[in-house]
Amino acid sequence: MTAGNLPGLRLHVPEPRFRPGDAVDYSTLVIPPAGAQPRPDEVCAASETHPLCLDLVRVLGDDDRAHGPWNPALDVATLLRMLRLMALTRAFDARMVRAQRQGKTSFYMKSTGEEATSVATAMALAEDDMVFPSYRQQGVFLTRGYPLVDMINQILSNRADKLKGRQLPIMYSARECAIFSISGNLATQYPQAVGWAMASAIRGDTRIATAFIGEGSSAEGDFHSALTFAAVYNAPVVFHVVNNQWAISSFSGFAGAERTTFAARAIGYGIAGLRIDGNDPLAVYAAVRWAADRARANAGPTLIEHFTYRAEGHSTSDDPGQYRSAAERAEWPLGDPVDRLMRHLMALGEWDAERQAAMDAAVDGEVRAAMRAAEANGVLGHGLHHPFRTLFEDVFETLPWHLAEQNAQALHERQVKWPDWSDDADLGDAP
Amino acid sequence: MTGADAAPGRRMTMIEAINDALDVMLARDPMVVVLGEDVGYFGGVFRATAGLQAKHGRTRVFDTPISECGIIGVAVGMGAYGLRPVPEIQFADYIYPGLDQLVSEAARLRYRSAGEFTAPMTVRSPFGGGIFGGQTHSQSPEALFTHVAGIKTVVPSTPHDAKGLLIAAIEDNDPVIFFEPKRLYNGPFNGHYDEPAVPWSRHPDSHVPEGHYRIDLGTARVVRAGEAVTVLAYGTMVHVAREVAERQGIDAEVIDLRTLVPLDIAAIERSVRKTGRCMVVHEATRTGGFGAELAALVQERCFYALEAPVERVTGFDTPYPHSLEWAYFPGPVRIGEAFDRLIAA
Ligand SMILES: Cc1ncc(C[n+]2csc(CCOP(=O)(O)OP(=O)(O)O)c2C)c(N)n1
Repeated sequence: MTAGNLPGLRLHVPEPRFRPGDAVDYSTLVIPPAGAQPRPDEVCAASETHPLCLDLVRVLGDDDRAHGPWNPALDVATLLRMLRLMALTRAFDARMVRAQRQGKTSFYMKSTGEEATSVATAMALAEDDMVFPSYRQQGVFLTRGYPLVDMINQILSNRADKLKGRQLPIMYSARECAIFSISGNLATQYPQAVGWAMASAIRGDTRIATAFIGEGSSAEGDFHSALTFAAVYNAPVVFHVVNNQWAISSFSGFAGAERTTFAARAIGYGIAGLRIDGNDPLAVYAAVRWAADRARANAGPTLIEHFTYRAEGHSTSDDPGQYRSAAERAEWPLGDPVDRLMRHLMALGEWDAERQAAMDAAVDGEVRAAMRAAEANGVLGHGLHHPFRTLFEDVFETLPWHLAEQNAQALHERQVKWPDWSDDADLGDAP
Repeated sequence: MTGADAAPGRRMTMIEAINDALDVMLARDPMVVVLGEDVGYFGGVFRATAGLQAKHGRTRVFDTPISECGIIGVAVGMGAYGLRPVPEIQFADYIYPGLDQLVSEAARLRYRSAGEFTAPMTVRSPFGGGIFGGQTHSQSPEALFTHVAGIKTVVPSTPHDAKGLLIAAIEDNDPVIFFEPKRLYNGPFNGHYDEPAVPWSRHPDSHVPEGHYRIDLGTARVVRAGEAVTVLAYGTMVHVAREVAERQGIDAEVIDLRTLVPLDIAAIERSVRKTGRCMVVHEATRTGGFGAELAALVQERCFYALEAPVERVTGFDTPYPHSLEWAYFPGPVRIGEAFDRLIAA
């Protein structure tokens, strides 16, 4: 197999630095001081941002103060709103996992530790900018005011679920909040966001599009198609890569992180790129506002890497203790986004532990009340909550003959299985 | 009960049997490599590859980037070199980004190069529903592959068959799609979702012989002999159809096709000529499904033996729903009434 004296080739297979039981050491992770990164003008040449693709934009320092040119200088009311939305997202996640454990639904995915990436992003965008999320941006829905009860109805797949029990929990759709229907097929939303942005430009609109993806999914071809189209048409789109270090059990090295950063993909495509501290809500806000202003000024797309950490399992089906060290979360050098913003407000003298505890209780109460209201509409189970005809609706705009026949078949089978099921039941009531 | 029951072996779940087949082939053939999302250290989201990386090494069993196009594409290249790659696609619902590499490349490589290059890969993928997985964790896309010239399609229904078929698939020199019914991973499923789950250990076909054995691709198996009606099924529906026949006291001959392409046409003809009645069952959507191919073959070849129209029992032509999963699933009522119509005709 070998020719002459040439050495045999070797395959490199990435391996994360820490596995279960290992002590962790993040001293090799380069974390520049907050405030040290330059902020170019929004309409600069893309290449001016490229050094920032290998840097880390940070605003909140170890002293809990905001530093440097990226400081968005938000007023206290806005900071408090941000804190509350992140706390609400966290409380919501905790309660939904509990519901799944109680057998009220099949599945859930938390965003713990990543709340800033979605909440601060949504706050920095205009309300009607179109968002193409992955499945871990519940913070965007909450920030845009999508009702908690509607989210929970979807999670419980109950008879009030606006998606008619068709989708896996958390795969929401919220057109009225300018949020696109979530797909389970990774990365598909990326080129779709570019298409929406191109359409907005074709029509001379002022709204931009934004898309989220996990670092693991950035390996999909759709990611690269999206960046190519965005670069070619200078599309008004902001791309987010949420680098939370893990894609189920695969660390970021399996998406290329051993070689360069995810933000650095922007360099190859010749678009603007920023690598930011994703656990710093002020840095997230400032970067997204910068990129949104750039897109709105017809200065082109931006790729933002949010450097963060997935603090919990991938989903309720996952046990991260099988493949990563539990110490990673505790030692994560960029801390926790909720905690950091809370301490910032305390350092400003605008907040204290008592008010924080009251707020935590208030958001939990809000979620609990919504849970009660949603549960009144039923929980997932074999009660088959939705009218059977909804199974056949929306496959097409109108019902073709074969689906009409299959609808009749389904109703007939229900009659055989549950003879007492009244016809009214098909309008929404389970037996 | 299969003859293999006498051979030394042990009871396994389908997951364990698949793991065992991969283990046997990794040990026997240095050209075999296993790759896919989360299959390495972690051992796969369904644990099908658990322990294999530790045993066979990181360059034989390894994680990949999340790119199904890349996974199938590199498997084509590995095959061109001479390896026998066994890529895993985490869910059949996620195979579509890899379709170009499968349909345009792997399937036609032997043909277009007149045999200079081949694609001896086995693409494993969990498929089918019944686990509240919603539309992106429940699909049965086998007909997309049976329609493509140059791909073999295999669907096991028991641990015993899963191991023998997977070994035969890996040893096959053509590309094989190996769809694993995930509802059967940890126990047989008879369609009665409201009854307690049964473990494989109580099923005779969970006896899995040690070491290497093959179940040749293209051989069906008579799961239950009968005279009144022939049932053609594969995967989960083998168990469901059989249970319905038993509970309704129907003298049905249930044939587990095991391989869809190439099909064991002789076994089908033999049975239908005997019974004169035929039902085809699959969980996949109806229109253009593999059931249509089976029904066409049966009427082309056994028309004069038929005493009733062929019955097709399938999932509905909708995406796989979440809350109405059991309204969608071709369960005991749909199958039972098809039996009644066949017998009455
Ligand atoms: C096309 C496709 N392939 C595989 C999967 C299975 N899958 C679901 S989530 C996931 C990991 C994604 O990780 P990442 O993109 O890093 O996002 P994160 O979950 O960390 O937010 C995988 C492999 C899928 N849903 N779609």
